[in-house]
Amino acid sequence: MEPIIKVDNVSMCFNLSTEKHESLKEYLLAMVQGRLQYDEFYALKNVSLDIMPGDFYGLVGLNGSGKSTLLKTIAGVYKPSKGKVTVNGTIAPLIELGAGFDMDLTARENIYLNGTVLGFSPKYLDEKFDEIVEFSELQNFLDVPLKNYSSGMVARIGFAIATITKPDILIADEVLSVGDFLFQQKCEKRMQELMAGGTTVILVSHSIEQIERMCSKVAWLSHGHLKMNGDTKTVCDAYKATQRGEA
Amino acid sequence: MLNGFWRYRYLLWNLVSRDFKLKYRRSVLGVVWSVLNPLLMCLVYWAVFSSLMDMRGSGIDNFPVFLMCGQLLFNFFNEATSASMSSVLSAAPLLKKVYIPKYIFPLEKCCFAMVNCVFSFVALLLVMIFTGAPFHLTILEALYPLVTLFFFSLGVGLFLAAATVFFRDIMHIWSVFTTALLYFSAIFYDPTQMTFSIGGFNMQQIIKLNPMYWYITGFRRTLMWGIPLDFNMFAVCGICAVLSMVVGVWMFRKTQDRFVLHI
Repeated sequence: MEPIIKVDNVSMCFNLSTEKHESLKEYLLAMVQGRLQYDEFYALKNVSLDIMPGDFYGLVGLNGSGKSTLLKTIAGVYKPSKGKVTVNGTIAPLIELGAGFDMDLTARENIYLNGTVLGFSPKYLDEKFDEIVEFSELQNFLDVPLKNYSSGMVARIGFAIATITKPDILIADEVLSVGDFLFQQKCEKRMQELMAGGTTVILVSHSIEQIERMCSKVAWLSHGHLKMNGDTKTVCDAYKATQRGEA
Repeated sequence: MLNGFWRYRYLLWNLVSRDFKLKYRRSVLGVVWSVLNPLLMCLVYWAVFSSLMDMRGSGIDNFPVFLMCGQLLFNFFNEATSASMSSVLSAAPLLKKVYIPKYIFPLEKCCFAMVNCVFSFVALLLVMIFTGAPFHLTILEALYPLVTLFFFSLGVGLFLAAATVFFRDIMHIWSVFTTALLYFSAIFYDPTQMTFSIGGFNMQQIIKLNPMYWYITGFRRTLMWGIPLDFNMFAVCGICAVLSMVVGVWMFRKTQDRFVLHI
């Protein structure tokens, strides 16, 4: 079977210039003085990963190990410095809930704005509008500007919009940690439903317990390297073992 | 690239409507300002240049309409390019989290400026009716300078948007540049009345180097004076638009993959 996401030897390099040249004068000065070298920082180094259709993939690793960077290269936000990412399908990115919300607009207006950011047509959004509102349980606040919302309420709307369609791939970056426990359960249920319909899910979470419960496979990133990759139990046990060892 | 555009056409529409809604949210007159504002501006300019500084506008028939034609096009250019310039930067939260074709943002700002321009056009028509200016059939040809100016501004906007991501200085210098351009665009004077020269160059020739002069003059000719566009007008307006688009798109495409690392 063809992998739905093929991460082929991907490296992602950031220039950690200690002084970012934000003005032409500084830039020219630095260039003349030959100070234009950057400290290169590899957030990902030679990572290869094949994800098959229907997988529920978990990503684990400490802060700064490159999990979010990997998700962003898959979602097309970053273009890898080296290597190639091939994706065969539509992606619903939940990298941060409510990306593309305008805080001055009302929830109703934001549903349409954010929906079109994700590439839905207004007609489709009209059809699904009630479903989104129902899922987010914010019927009474639809015409309130989003800036008056709590972060949990914003997250609810974001999740509801991103999952109304049946994407081929759902990318979720610690999104479930925002809502209250009832909403978290609801999100998990929705993701399981999508899975049952054949959607491939990639989940980043610091809750190892959640990963163990939900994922079928796990990849473990450490300092930008893919340290381990395989079935949930093996990887999670190894991950937990080192954590206990370090602590 | 076009395929992607088709998919995101609704996004373009929604972004323009967002800008529009936010512009007039919580104002009592709301959208009326779109027409009222250019009218009031015209009044100010007209008062300044026909009475206070009593030197220009004397030999020009129907000075208010003459003024507003120039104003309309120049404001469009100014608004479109300035807004495009910072559009990628201000879309940073979005660009860092989801994949969207990045050119959508400068394009959206140009479209929004065009929407405002259409409202100003209504104001212009009102002034024309009020001052009893004749309507010519060539008014239809006035669309040509307007459309070519749109692409000219879009090209400049794409270039500025890309360059500003790397050098924020451009934001500061651009407003100075457009102010200078304002005075060289023949908005409140008729360059054919100019007889003096600077450094051996006739002032008329210098002004003709400014693309804005061609767009504005083309617009005035067809709208005010009923003269059809001649070959030169067609060529200069078209070539400037094409050149600007080529440079703008080239620059934007070359740098867009690195935007997200700098915003």
